[in-house]
Amino acid sequence: MPIDVVADLRAVERVYTMGNNRVAALDKLDFRITRGQYWSVMGASGSGKSTLLNVMGCLDRPTGGVYELAGRDVNTLDDDDLSDLRGAKLGFIFQSYNLIAQLDVLENIMVPLFYQDDPPPDGEERARRLADRMGLGSRLGHRPAELSGGQQQRVAIARSLVNDPELILADEATGNLDSQTAEEILSLFDELSREGKTIVFVTHEAHVAERASHVLRMRDGRAEEVIEQRAISSAGASA
Amino acid sequence: MNTLGRTIRTGINSLLLHKLRSMLTTLGVLFGTSSVIAMLAIGEGASYEAQEQIKLLGSQNVILRSVKPPEDPNQGNQTSRVIAYGITDADLSRIEDTFPGIKRVVPMRILPKEVRSGATVLNPRVIATRPIYLDVTGRLVFEGRFLTSEDERTLKTVCVLGTEVARALFPFRSPLGERVKLGGDYFTVVGTIAPRVPLGDDPAEAGIEVTGEVIIPFETARKRFGKMQVKQRAGSREMTEVDLHEVIVEVGDPEDVPLVAQASRVMLGKFHRDRDYEVVVPLELLARAEETKRIFNIVLGSIAGISLLVGGIGIMNVMLATVTERTREIGVRRALGAKRKHIVTQFLVETVCLSVGGGLMGVALGLAIPLAVEHFADMKTIVTPTAPALAFGISAGVGMLFGLYPAWRAASMDPVEALRHE
Repeated sequence: MPIDVVADLRAVERVYTMGNNRVAALDKLDFRITRGQYWSVMGASGSGKSTLLNVMGCLDRPTGGVYELAGRDVNTLDDDDLSDLRGAKLGFIFQSYNLIAQLDVLENIMVPLFYQDDPPPDGEERARRLADRMGLGSRLGHRPAELSGGQQQRVAIARSLVNDPELILADEATGNLDSQTAEEILSLFDELSREGKTIVFVTHEAHVAERASHVLRMRDGRAEEVIEQRAISSAGASA
Repeated sequence: MNTLGRTIRTGINSLLLHKLRSMLTTLGVLFGTSSVIAMLAIGEGASYEAQEQIKLLGSQNVILRSVKPPEDPNQGNQTSRVIAYGITDADLSRIEDTFPGIKRVVPMRILPKEVRSGATVLNPRVIATRPIYLDVTGRLVFEGRFLTSEDERTLKTVCVLGTEVARALFPFRSPLGERVKLGGDYFTVVGTIAPRVPLGDDPAEAGIEVTGEVIIPFETARKRFGKMQVKQRAGSREMTEVDLHEVIVEVGDPEDVPLVAQASRVMLGKFHRDRDYEVVVPLELLARAEETKRIFNIVLGSIAGISLLVGGIGIMNVMLATVTERTREIGVRRALGAKRKHIVTQFLVETVCLSVGGGLMGVALGLAIPLAVEHFADMKTIVTPTAPALAFGISAGVGMLFGLYPAWRAASMDPVEALRHE
């Protein structure tokens, strides 16, 4: 497999069994995401977006098919290995920011590093640089409760970047923000994409999806269509 | 910064986020720990005092005491009568002649006499006894000399004062050579002996202030005062006749003490129809005191155990609520790479911080309580160094034990479910 395939889904299924009913939240999904692509996943609620994000985020396992993240088949990994994989290869950004209340901004950014077996020695330096870049340089000692929504989401983005992940997963990342702040955050994503980051952004807003290189429309657990809106050079733009 | 240090700091920060709740949660362990220390200190002090008192009686001694039998109600209306009771001279010679393994026997009479010098009148314990009294009871001469066999033989009217009596009668001078009036006779003071801790079961009779002791030769007392004692009471006069009020039997080998005690009981039981005597065996008292202490410790241990258990359950309850409340945080941490063991450690550390915090405050309180008890209740307390260590160790252990289940609950959450939790 070429090294620039970040996520590879082959006939991925996620079936829930409730009594005698089998509900396929994901039904034979087939696609691959290569380095530098910016995917937007769209669909109505219940279409399987969240399940897809959980599977891609290694929080849940497919019940059928194969999902490889950065070349590793998640079905062959145990709970601890999955934690390692999430900590090393993934960055998560949530709709409700999900910062940890009792930690300050700098600590929040550094959380993914806490759990690595071999944390990088320059972790704190890296976190400070990211905070600066997100415009949070003066807020390092603040608790999340002291920040605005936009600022909290910036902390979350910095946190998702601190481990230099292969894939950033964003779940309705602008859903709780006013349109101006949402626009700022989306610009940040554009910027990250230009730098060559691989992003999967789940949204239900068309104008958000427009910015992505690929749009995956989901319906009833299936991929209704995949639109390539623009090509992205696999090396990533040298911004 | 190392990982554990950061985990502890984060844990403390989490607890400080809810200061009141954390404080209240630690109370159980706090009171559990402090009560363990305080109760152990008080128990230890009480048992120490009891043992000291018993040791004063002499562990090699068997003490026989005369006890006035209960008054016969049929004779209650008589205005004047003689009650004869107690250990007799015959008992004494039987003991001296027949008991095996006996080293020394000290007979004692207690005389209800006033002691005067000039205008000062005291009512101390007047003891008539033999010279060996000093050795057998382990008392120390403070000034002058103790009674001698020469005093006995020649029926000298000499006396030895306890230092308290000496100080009260002759405040600013040496009592040696002074004369005191005992009943109708004058006695010359030849020495004083140092005081000792008063024995508990020797209560002063009503209206009589016991301020110490005056010791006179046994034979002199017999000759001068006889055996009869008269006590005036409202409307009646009571006469009692007692040969010996107390006999201290010193046994040569401590192993023979139970044997001599048994022999005394059998012998006295045979010759005394009424229970007009008691046999006090300090060694038995000591054994009983130790048994009492053991039971006391078991009871204390149970109380402490229960209170720590309750404290632990309180902590577990709060931690379970905390885990539920922080479900989403757990999900986030798991998403960001935390393994189950990280989550377990995090919550375990928080629980242990709670219980150890309570334990530390409990140790401080537990060390303060004995001081307060000593100050306000005038009871001796002893804090053994093991008690705080034990209490603290147990409280930390309680945190571990009762933290395990909430931590396991937290770690076994499904990350997807946890993230979805509102």
